[in-house]
Amino acid sequence: MKAVVTVVGRDTVGILAKVSASCAEHNANIIDVTQSVMQDLFTMVMLVDITDIKGDFSDLQNTLYALGDSIGMKIHVMHEDIFNSMHNI
Amino acid sequence: MLNTKDILETIRMIDDENLDIRTITMGISLLDCADSDIHRSADKVYDKICRLAEKLVPTGCDIEKMYGIPIINKRISVTPISMLAAVSGGDPVIYAKTLERAAHTVGVNFIGGYSALVQKGFAAGDRELIRSIPEALAVTDRVCSSVNIGSTKAGINMDAVGMMGGIILDAAKLTKDKNCMGAAKIVVFCNAPEDNPFMAGAFHGVGEPDCEINVGVSGPGAVRSALTKCPDGDLTEVADVIKKTAFKITRMGQLVGKAASDRLGVPFGIVDLSLAPTPAVGDSVAHIIEEMGIEICGAHGTTAALALLNDAVKKGGVMASSHVGGLSGAFIPVSEDAGMIDAARSGDLSIEKLEAMTAVCSVGLDMIVIPGDTPPSTISAIIADEAAIGMVNSKTTAVRVVPAIGKKDGEELEFGGLFGSGPIMKLHNDRSSEKFISRGGRIPAPMQSLKN
Repeated sequence: MKAVVTVVGRDTVGILAKVSASCAEHNANIIDVTQSVMQDLFTMVMLVDITDIKGDFSDLQNTLYALGDSIGMKIHVMHEDIFNSMHNI
Repeated sequence: MLNTKDILETIRMIDDENLDIRTITMGISLLDCADSDIHRSADKVYDKICRLAEKLVPTGCDIEKMYGIPIINKRISVTPISMLAAVSGGDPVIYAKTLERAAHTVGVNFIGGYSALVQKGFAAGDRELIRSIPEALAVTDRVCSSVNIGSTKAGINMDAVGMMGGIILDAAKLTKDKNCMGAAKIVVFCNAPEDNPFMAGAFHGVGEPDCEINVGVSGPGAVRSALTKCPDGDLTEVADVIKKTAFKITRMGQLVGKAASDRLGVPFGIVDLSLAPTPAVGDSVAHIIEEMGIEICGAHGTTAALALLNDAVKKGGVMASSHVGGLSGAFIPVSEDAGMIDAARSGDLSIEKLEAMTAVCSVGLDMIVIPGDTPPSTISAIIADEAAIGMVNSKTTAVRVVPAIGKKDGEELEFGGLFGSGPIMKLHNDRSSEKFISRGGRIPAPMQSLKN
């Protein structure tokens, strides 16, 4: 099972590090990362394997949402199936 | 493989354009609850609903969190209660109170099926149930009622149409202190679908399985937003943009419906491909029509724009889902659509134009506030007109009008929440339809019914 983590907001130092640390804390394995910065707007999309995570999926979500609030970024953690079903036939 | 653009598009549709799953509705058959003792029958109804729907709301919330898509309503539809009333006799309001209690226990916000199907005539229990509707809706908050008074196959039961004018008026009178909400919970149908997940008209038809999950999607905001990126395209391009967006929206419904059905161990019924607006800004069907180039919804060209929209939504959605059903089309509930409310207030949207629009879209004259002193025969005549459109065109049509008791012209009814608010719409109340309605009888089924 995989989930997609997206992070959008004003670029600052250490975003990738903080998000990765939170994922590691929950034993969520990062498979792929794409990021871009356009006119100060930071966008990162991360694909993480959640098969062996510690605790529930919602625990991981809550940690990352709290992180998002604390660093002023909008973070979403969603199961990959929503994107697969919407964009692939 | 997923690409960033697609991922961000999905998130934008949910966050900024109000894309959501409007409802997961569990259909429950109550046929095995019928008992000649009404209290025993009501107990069985309560037990069965609570047993099957126990996990509906928590499961809905889990799916919502997992996929990050809001699921606005979790609801239940049941077998038309008139069938239980036929076996048990007694006061059908007992069933309404039972449904209310079950809805509270399992935590759903609406339960539909306080219904009767009388398109060809009244069977045992039907008249009693219909007469009890105003009281049933006044003593409950979550129960919704519907009556099917016509079909392409059967014609229109004008005795039932004649009854319904008075029933709607009484339902509004009995709930006068609650903004006449009673009338907002009654839908009068022609060609009612038996697997519709949307309230207030949902009921679980007799041909349906014992229990199933039906899903209603929504996303007028996403469609409108997609159209803003095609400002000068011709109407073929407009139709293509709508189709693509409808496909994506419907895939959400299919995914959520499948997940709910797997987790609850209940068969997946259908996805209802509807564009259901809400009073929220940016979630309006009227605004899609305006985006296409009509200055305000109700102006000339509105019907054509709506026809294009309705057809493209179906074409886009049908491939996205394994089973499509319910009402499937664009809804035009006046009080629940910010653009329609504005157009009705400014007088640009009239009931005549709405009637024409219902010929090309789902569902009918929906959530229209009418003067509180409208004679019952006029309400019946409005129902007859709408049913005739449905009967002849082999489509579902419905009437949900709310007489604003004690309010004057120019005033508005505020329902709040998803029901919104609406100005009183002008009718031709000075001209009578009394004689026509009082004739009663049946309008014969049209030639279209003879397809065999």
